[in-house]
Amino acid sequence: MIGIRVETPLTRERALAFRAGDAVLISGVIYTARDAAHARLVELLDRNEPLPIDIRDALVYYVGPTPAKPGQVIGSAGPTTSYRMDAYAPRLMDLGLRGMIGKGRRSPRVIDSMRRNGAVYFGAIGGAGALLARRIVSAETVCYGDLGSEAIRRLTVRDFPVTVVVDAHGGNLHETGMAAYLEFAGRKQAGERPIPCRFRPADGCENTARCRWTPPPC
Amino acid sequence: MREIAAEAVARAVREMCIEANTKLPADVAECLRIDSRCEPWPIARDALEKLVENFEIAGRENVPICQDTGLACVFIDLGQDVRIVEGGLYEAVNEGVRQGYGEGYLRKSVVADPLRRRNTGDNTPAHIHVEIAPGDHLALTVAPKGFGSENMGRLAMLPPSAGEGGVKDFVIESVRLAGPNPCPPVVVGVGIGGTFDRVALLAKKALLRPLDRPHADPYYADMERELLERVNALGIGPQGFGGRTTALGVRIETWPTHIAGLPVAVNLNCHVARHVSRKL
Repeated sequence: MIGIRVETPLTRERALAFRAGDAVLISGVIYTARDAAHARLVELLDRNEPLPIDIRDALVYYVGPTPAKPGQVIGSAGPTTSYRMDAYAPRLMDLGLRGMIGKGRRSPRVIDSMRRNGAVYFGAIGGAGALLARRIVSAETVCYGDLGSEAIRRLTVRDFPVTVVVDAHGGNLHETGMAAYLEFAGRKQAGERPIPCRFRPADGCENTARCRWTPPPC
Repeated sequence: MREIAAEAVARAVREMCIEANTKLPADVAECLRIDSRCEPWPIARDALEKLVENFEIAGRENVPICQDTGLACVFIDLGQDVRIVEGGLYEAVNEGVRQGYGEGYLRKSVVADPLRRRNTGDNTPAHIHVEIAPGDHLALTVAPKGFGSENMGRLAMLPPSAGEGGVKDFVIESVRLAGPNPCPPVVVGVGIGGTFDRVALLAKKALLRPLDRPHADPYYADMERELLERVNALGIGPQGFGGRTTALGVRIETWPTHIAGLPVAVNLNCHVARHVSRKL
């Protein structure tokens, strides 16, 4: 697997070097937290109590894994949709959270906070929970075990594959990636003409008979 | 009157919950394989290749394809000459879900109350829909539904004047607004007609029709094809990183409606478009 290798904890300086679209392989400790755990963390902050994890320069992975089978480190563990954590993420970034791993869009307020704090939003492949679990070498519950799948866990990952979706400078792969593709596809606007296929029978396309793209592109 | 034991229903549902979550349906797997070869944009092709690798690992090792093993949606076609004995039908389905999600090491993702949000701990209750017809059959479909995609659903009560164009634009707009959130490439379920509640059910049932089986009515088969082209011209791509493969298929189901109405609903499914059917 190809990518820029990085170890956690992630310094601000290192985070600032990433650009949207970079393929990154993360190694080291990351923490899991999703909806219910975030709500509890922010309740602690509201009461001026300390957080159960060291948030400075940490990475949080938005995931609720399936239960581990006997002999497994963890069950399937792909990212959940990030926008549901948008209400909480800026509070944590103000305390030093350096990166988030999830999938899908972030709010303008989160992206503002990322620029201000020098934080990065990584995307892992949504729906690839079986594949991603293989990069997790250890998992232990830190707190909120009563939440089951939503507990906060300390994961050790090795070459965990992610893509920089939003960088600390506001670069956003969801916007630039789509625009670059549409430009490549040779269209000003969506919805005009079908896109020619990259493959021809001479290039080794074996799908001509079953091709789902109309008109037949090959 | 044919008698079917509740326990047989529970056993079938248990097995189907596990199978649905670990084995991707052949039609969906085939679409992902083809698109991972035909996708012209490199970052999109990489993502599709990883999705293929992912469902192959899941199938081989009997682990969930996705960690969101869903809310268990169970569709039941029940013949009116069938009597469920030694227990209730709904209890049997929920018992099957309880056992399947426990024994299959699947995630329990159901809260008992939408606002107080206590997890029920066994993924029950299932979302059960029963249709009764003449005969002595009992056909079950288990379709675990992840909520990353479910949350992106939309419904509109259009005026009849909006017509075919209005319906199509609503579908395209729904996929565009969902963008990267529902784990594209998606399957787009479209309901047209009926009532406010019926149209949402139609959209969900549309997701059950295999991707290699177009609508039986050529008018709607053409519409499915056209909508797929328009969706894939949006450029959202796998994971929303740009690319051609935004959807694997568009599936439409319709129902008679009122002279004053044109309900339309869009229910999105992610690429882990799970469903298993079985006849008892």
